[in-house]
Amino acid sequence: MIGGLISVVLGSVLGTVARYFVSGFVARRVGETFPWGTFLINVSGAFVIGIVGGLARDPGSVFASPDAWLFAVTGILGAYTTVSSFSLQTLNLARDGEGTRAGLYIVFSVALCLSAATLGFALVDGLK
Amino acid sequence: MSGKTTSSARNTAILYAYVAAGGVLGSVARYLASVFIPSVYGFPLATLFVNITGSFVIGFYNALTGPDGRLFASARQRQFVMTGLCGGYTTFSSFSLETVRLLQAGMERTALLNIAVSVVTWLVAVWLGHMLASRLNRLTRS
Repeated sequence: MIGGLISVVLGSVLGTVARYFVSGFVARRVGETFPWGTFLINVSGAFVIGIVGGLARDPGSVFASPDAWLFAVTGILGAYTTVSSFSLQTLNLARDGEGTRAGLYIVFSVALCLSAATLGFALVDGLK
Repeated sequence: MSGKTTSSARNTAILYAYVAAGGVLGSVARYLASVFIPSVYGFPLATLFVNITGSFVIGFYNALTGPDGRLFASARQRQFVMTGLCGGYTTFSSFSLETVRLLQAGMERTALLNIAVSVVTWLVAVWLGHMLASRLNRLTRS
């Protein structure tokens, strides 16, 4: 439990800092009329979690060990991706009368995150 | 000029520290939820729980500390709670992984149910948090 907790703590520092950096970088580059930063973060995080999930199916993989999984998935990727910002951004778009954008944000976030995770798994299978 | 740059760099470093501290606390809370909340018939309840409660908290806190809000919070405090705590606590990647795993296991109905229930309850939760805080903001003014 303590080893697992340390793995989560270390991973979550990296994941949170990466999310703050990417969302700020994207907001400065493309503006904040649409939440592209969170969108990019969630889709890229889903892609990587698919790769790690694919690798972990091999018992000899480093990610088959609990602490490595807690570091990479629960820590880094769990902290990197976010549902709370997604929810708040969707609510804000809807409240600003941008119902279409809010709907597109929901549909594309869910569809592309699931596709990205599937692609991650497929990539691992393809490289075997 | 260089003094200004230094103080701006220092300010950025402090903001990062606040966000990271919140992210660690949120992530540990999410980890504990995943330890104590079991899946029910393959349905990933722990992730659903953190994403619903995290959406509620961010909607509530954002409205309560916003421009019309009752509670004053500095930019650092808002980043700590919203970007750090709520962001670290909730997870889109685990939701994606668990849904894809359900599909891979041939549990299409559970996967679809997870998608539908998750998206609807996240958005209802953030809206409820927002409405509750807006009501509190109005109550305390009159």
